Amino acid sequence: MNIKVMNVVIAAVTLLFSANVFAAAPIKIGALFAVTGPAAFLGEPERKSAEMVVNEINRAGGVKGRKLELVVYDTSGDATKAVQLATKLIKDDRVVAIIGPSTTGETMAVIPVAERGKIPLISCSAGSKITYPVKKWIFKTAQNDALAVGRIYDYLQKTRQTKVSILTVSDGFGASGREQLKSQAAKYGITVVSDDTYGPKDTDMTAQLTRIRGSHSQAIICWGTNPGPALVAKNVRQLGIKTPLFMSHGVSSKKFIELAGDAAEGVKLPSGKVVVADLLPGSDKQKKSLMAFVKDYQKHYNKEGDHFGGHAWDAVMLIRNAVNNGASSAAGIRDQLEKTRGFAGIGGTFNYSTTDHAGLGKDAFVLVEVKNKDWMIVK
Amino acid sequence: MKRDLLLFAGFSLLVMMAPQFFRGSYLMNVLVFVGINTMLAIALNLLLGYAGQISLGHAGFFGLGAYVSGIMTTTFSVNPWVAMPVAAIVVGGLAFLIGFPILKLKGHYLAMATLGLGIIFYITFNETYEWTGGPSGLSEIPNLQVGGIIFNSDVKNFYLIWGVTLAVMLFALNLANSRVGRALRAVHDSEIAAQVLGVNARLLKVQIFALSAIICSLAGSLYAHTMTFISPTSFGFNFSIELLTMVVIGGLGSIYGSFLGAALLTLLPEILRGANDYDIVIYGGLLVVMVMYMPGGLVRGISALYRKFVKQKPETGHA
Amino acid sequence: MQFDQILQYTLSGLSTGAIYALIGIGFSIIYNATGIINFAQGEFVMLGGLFTLSCLEFLKLPLWAAIPCAIAASTLVGILFERLAIRPLKQPTPINLVIITIGGSILIRGIAMLVWGKDTHSVPPFSGDTPIAIGGATILPQHLWIFAITLIIIFLNKVYFYHTISGKAMRACSYNRRAAGLVGIDVRRMVLFSFIISSAMGAVAGIIIAPLTMTAYDVGVMLGLKGFCAAIIGGMSSGLSTVIGGLILGVLESLGAGLISSGYKDAIAFIILLLILFIRPQGLFGKSNSERV
Repeated sequence: MNIKVMNVVIAAVTLLFSANVFAAAPIKIGALFAVTGPAAFLGEPERKSAEMVVNEINRAGGVKGRKLELVVYDTSGDATKAVQLATKLIKDDRVVAIIGPSTTGETMAVIPVAERGKIPLISCSAGSKITYPVKKWIFKTAQNDALAVGRIYDYLQKTRQTKVSILTVSDGFGASGREQLKSQAAKYGITVVSDDTYGPKDTDMTAQLTRIRGSHSQAIICWGTNPGPALVAKNVRQLGIKTPLFMSHGVSSKKFIELAGDAAEGVKLPSGKVVVADLLPGSDKQKKSLMAFVKDYQKHYNKEGDHFGGHAWDAVMLIRNAVNNGASSAAGIRDQLEKTRGFAGIGGTFNYSTTDHAGLGKDAFVLVEVKNKDWMIVK
Repeated sequence: MKRDLLLFAGFSLLVMMAPQFFRGSYLMNVLVFVGINTMLAIALNLLLGYAGQISLGHAGFFGLGAYVSGIMTTTFSVNPWVAMPVAAIVVGGLAFLIGFPILKLKGHYLAMATLGLGIIFYITFNETYEWTGGPSGLSEIPNLQVGGIIFNSDVKNFYLIWGVTLAVMLFALNLANSRVGRALRAVHDSEIAAQVLGVNARLLKVQIFALSAIICSLAGSLYAHTMTFISPTSFGFNFSIELLTMVVIGGLGSIYGSFLGAALLTLLPEILRGANDYDIVIYGGLLVVMVMYMPGGLVRGISALYRKFVKQKPETGHA
Repeated sequence: MQFDQILQYTLSGLSTGAIYALIGIGFSIIYNATGIINFAQGEFVMLGGLFTLSCLEFLKLPLWAAIPCAIAASTLVGILFERLAIRPLKQPTPINLVIITIGGSILIRGIAMLVWGKDTHSVPPFSGDTPIAIGGATILPQHLWIFAITLIIIFLNKVYFYHTISGKAMRACSYNRRAAGLVGIDVRRMVLFSFIISSAMGAVAGIIIAPLTMTAYDVGVMLGLKGFCAAIIGGMSSGLSTVIGGLILGVLESLGAGLISSGYKDAIAFIILLLILFIRPQGLFGKSNSERV
């Protein structure tokens, strides 16, 4: 502890004397993550990943001789708090870019603040309305829900299954998935024969599943984040339902397999490539980034990194690249972000442009299946 | 009475000067929310502190005001200044109708019923997504506008919100000292005795319930137009509980107490921000400790301390 | 087919309802002994599940030993809560007590978050998870455990309250605390007892439901609310009517989700609750008391 304090003092003193000589003031980046509250499963890995990658960058000498400084605030998933903290980042901490928030609702609330403050914001949430229509200062790294839905429907179309039941959680994540599942169905010749929801804190979904069983669908698609889908998988097993079960990318982490146990076997879901990084062919452009992320995360936290953390990793790297290309002001970073082409990150290969601030294509997702308590890529 | 007015004038002056000190800082933004929460705490205090009727569902009225305002101004492009009173009338009317059966209940049954009411509202916000946008929320709600001034910055919003908050405070202070206020306190102490004295207790309770809901709705509309985005999570059960805590921590029946409670509970998370994950533990601990050592609320607690340490002789009259 | 569905809804509802009932009885016991609505009741459900997990994973205890340990640990938290927060209160007005239990529940939840983290944890079932078919419906062995343990607890409750001295003393407290004090009953001790019993019962509910629903630091809030509802429908009794209250609530939710709309299922349950209260303000089974002036 004392050594730590001493280090800080020494660092501060050094900085004081050297600041004018080397003009290497750190580049301040703000971050808003839902580290506590119902969306903690997003915010926690995001914060960890962002802190990790910023440390790694600084250890390697920073960007163009300047260190990165990350200011992280916890929004606890609350839109009001997110707005207050975004204001704090802009006005008090004077950051040049903001990463986050973690959820679509918070992001929508924060957008006017970032636009007014003229600070680039790279959201880590999935809602497609964040970057559609394009807003000057707003980018995002999380894959659109539309892409995940497309991945499942692609597969169903290929295997000639046309009747699906959907069961979505009644929060922002589930609502967005439900909207996409319903609106894209016709395009793939699929009909949604039953549409149910469950509450994020529900403890039993057998009622909804019993209803689904009566609807004679050929596939059940459940859209939610842990622990709900694990309960759904268990309840499906309890009721002896044999219909194939699909999940969303919201549960593509080992945690889901651990919670659902045997009931997870055979569940298919679209996932970012991070969970199957080691299974990817060497020709995959993302493989290098993915392996680096997985290795670092394991080293720092002794835990498996997931693609939620990847969203924050991508955001930090995008900003680093922008700074590397000569940007240092908020406006400069924004302009450089928009010029990003072919950046192979964790979530996919990013190509931003003036008309696209989401930047990802369909290749961002692979369809995986749980087999023997591990992920397999479905061809 | 004159002293009360002087106190209020002093308080208003202090509030209006605040932007001079905090301009450009994000604290300005937090102070806007202190204003909104003060309004809500006063609304609940009128019901709980004066009429003695508990409500665990006030976040629902707050949300309803926000949504009626939000939907009218986005989907139907109504002017916000028109939407606000309409929302207040709708919410007030609804509260008036619900008030009759619900205020027949007492004690924990009333607590349960209002809690249920709040949850029903919350679920409705979540499920009627064609109107409310569901859990993803409703965005692009317009700011309020007067002539050429658009209320879109923290300082402008501060004056707007606090202007209304001070008006609500003044109204509540007057109400407390009026005939109605005295009748309310009579109902609080003993409903039957009040009825014997010719107070129509039932109607009075329902009226105050509706009034309380109207203030919540007003705060909700203002919230919607300053945030320009609303989602159901802001209006859940937790927020109802937080409001209740503000009122009790501030002091039941004290209007300035409601302000102190709202200010404390809004600022506390900001102060605890540095404590990271420990903040929730400290927050919970503080609530317990405060009720233990200041059972009458902050206003009474502070004036008791004042008497103890500054003035040695015990004071008579009201605290 | 339709009949099978109804049967499934009912069975699912009954098992969730049994949990609500156990939590509800916890509410009632404390309320009757002290007049406190203990908003921290749900947290003991959470503690039961998480302590079991710790006993299993860190102390490597077998399940039969882990369960009593978890109950004991949760009860200890209940005792501490009563001693440190409830008893020293200078002005125990109902509203202060409400706030203090809310503060206590936030505190307990916060500490649990620090101890067990934010992740959800799974707990192994007591005796396998091979589904059992009943007619066209299926349940798990764990459901049978839930029904059996709920029945045992109701029975023990009855024995305690009607056939032991301290149970009778506690009933005396609930009728009239001052009179109970006058006849020599140590009222404060009874208050402590009520906290012990209800935190233990909350823990049991948490332990038997954890294998089905998994557990995390924040499961207590929703379960606590539902338990409170069950107690209200049952007229705040610590006996059979709260159990029926819980079962009604569970079945209503399940039928609402299955037959009407899964999104509105909680709203349906609450609307029915409001209607019950409007028609019978003293709860479905409560006796109406004449008000004291």
